[in-house]
Amino acid sequence: MAMLKRIIDSDLFWSFRQSPVAMISAFVALLLMLSAVFAPLIAPHNPFDPASLNLMNGFSKPMEPNQFTQDVFLFGTDDQGRDVFSTILHGMRISLFVGFAAVLFAMVIGVVAGLVAGYVGGRTDAFIMRIADIQLTFPSILVAMLIFGIAKGFTPVDMRDQVAIWVLIISIGLSDWVQFARVVRGAALVEKKKEYVEAAALVGRKPTAIIFLHILPNVLSPVLVIATISLALAIIAEATLSFLGIGAPPTEPSLGTLIRIGQGYLFSGEWWILFFPAVTLLLLALSVNLLGDWLRDALNPKLDD
Amino acid sequence: MISYILKRAMQSVVVLFAVGLVAFGMFRFVGDPIDNLLGQERTEADVERLRELLGLNDPFVVQYWNFLSGAFQGDMGVSYRQGRPALEIILERLPATLELAMVSAALAMVMGILLGIYTAINRKGFITTTILTTSLIGVSLPTFLIGILLIYVFAVEFGILPSFGRGEVVDLGWWKTGLLTWSGIKALILPAITLGLYQMTLIMRLVRSEMSEILKQDYIRFARARGLTEKTINFRHAVKNTLIPVITVAGLQIGSIIAFSIITETVFQWPGVGLLFIDSVQFVDIPVMASYLMMISVMFVGINFIVDMLYLAIDPRLRDGKED
Repeated sequence: MAMLKRIIDSDLFWSFRQSPVAMISAFVALLLMLSAVFAPLIAPHNPFDPASLNLMNGFSKPMEPNQFTQDVFLFGTDDQGRDVFSTILHGMRISLFVGFAAVLFAMVIGVVAGLVAGYVGGRTDAFIMRIADIQLTFPSILVAMLIFGIAKGFTPVDMRDQVAIWVLIISIGLSDWVQFARVVRGAALVEKKKEYVEAAALVGRKPTAIIFLHILPNVLSPVLVIATISLALAIIAEATLSFLGIGAPPTEPSLGTLIRIGQGYLFSGEWWILFFPAVTLLLLALSVNLLGDWLRDALNPKLDD
Repeated sequence: MISYILKRAMQSVVVLFAVGLVAFGMFRFVGDPIDNLLGQERTEADVERLRELLGLNDPFVVQYWNFLSGAFQGDMGVSYRQGRPALEIILERLPATLELAMVSAALAMVMGILLGIYTAINRKGFITTTILTTSLIGVSLPTFLIGILLIYVFAVEFGILPSFGRGEVVDLGWWKTGLLTWSGIKALILPAITLGLYQMTLIMRLVRSEMSEILKQDYIRFARARGLTEKTINFRHAVKNTLIPVITVAGLQIGSIIAFSIITETVFQWPGVGLLFIDSVQFVDIPVMASYLMMISVMFVGINFIVDMLYLAIDPRLRDGKED
């Protein structure tokens, strides 16, 4: 309870209550995330269970009884009679899983690299930041595509579909660590000169302890902001890669894969197969993005850009 | 100043060497080159002879050097998929991408600057609000969704523009262009808008904020005090000073336009290098991937270097030797 009271009394929560945009985005993002987590319970059908599919239900229009079976589907069905609503819920699970895991991966690499570069300095710093600079020369989506292609080359052909999700996480994560590293390095450089760090060094704490126990907690607020904005970017990056056919495998379709499939029906009039996954992706990316914007203004850390 | 130029040039060379190392690593370590070249029926002697022939027994540094000197002479290996030199395939596809990128960049520049100036001069009002809101939505939408949306509106609903391909092209011998036929131009419209939209918003916002800053400066107030017309103040004095930083930023964007053309080309099945790259990633066609990487790095590093030099020419503080 004390914890809850601390949260409610905090400046951050106050600023949250002041911003209708933040509250609406938080509500939408939370709703989408919860429905993704509980997809197996909420989804009326299991799109991956062939036994539950009825081909007669194919191309049912949204909210209209199917002409053969009279079944009604909220968002309609695709060519094989899969309920679009259920595929979206399951697809969102994969999109969000990849997004969160990729950001976590990027965050761990970026924060460690940034802390080490900032605290140790010298050649280590120059080396890490030079790699970051080289990577920044290229757009991160291009870097992710390249890493995906290389990683695919390393995996045996029969394993590729099974590990595709993990490869996707690593590619997006590796393409995105630079933002974390740059900001954390900048913050670590500032913290390093403060007295508490000198004091910790004076009493003989090891550099690793100083970096991770003393400096790290003090650089976390910019990290939180970048993580939120990165999550929106990672969700879009995943959707883009899957849309291009170099992401999630057909056996585990993410929102991007669903949009890719839906694009094929654009000309034949089955608009709902494309429309609903696209709107879901948009809501997801937009709400997380707006939340990140609010968080940046609320915490107001000194970001590089 | 010369030391600054040299430093930047050295950095560019370091980047290119690093990228070369990545490309070389792809050749050497992703999949076994021997497996790619020899079939199932092979003897140990065959393998050993080929290893020697390909130089796979040489020390790492020697192999890397051979790879780089080969790359400089345009030898980037043979596509695993098409059995033709990778560089040849890329060069064949390059005109399509460059045409698309150039038209998008021009579109983004012209529209971005015009809308930026307009929204800076008219800070409030219905049109400005509409432009700014639309641009916010435009930035939030992933590129491929914008492409699909445009296809839906202009190809499916109205049926006035083609949704895929390049239309008829005219072969100029060394360059196949779609800009000379009516169908080629029509096919270019939707992809160019899709690709240029993001950069357009970026340039628009930049122009708007730069120009708003400038309009608050003293010399603008003096100009107004002198009794100059608003038109003269805006276009003679303000716009001129706005455009300098814009041109350099826009220059940097050309690199990203070429990279983002991968997505646009896939949506519109535009036969350029981006589509080729996606195919090569799907089929793990290492030589094509590596060649694309090398080509795009040379472009990126070249553009960055030129932009740095432009800054040098424009910003006197850099010329005085105060670097970074």
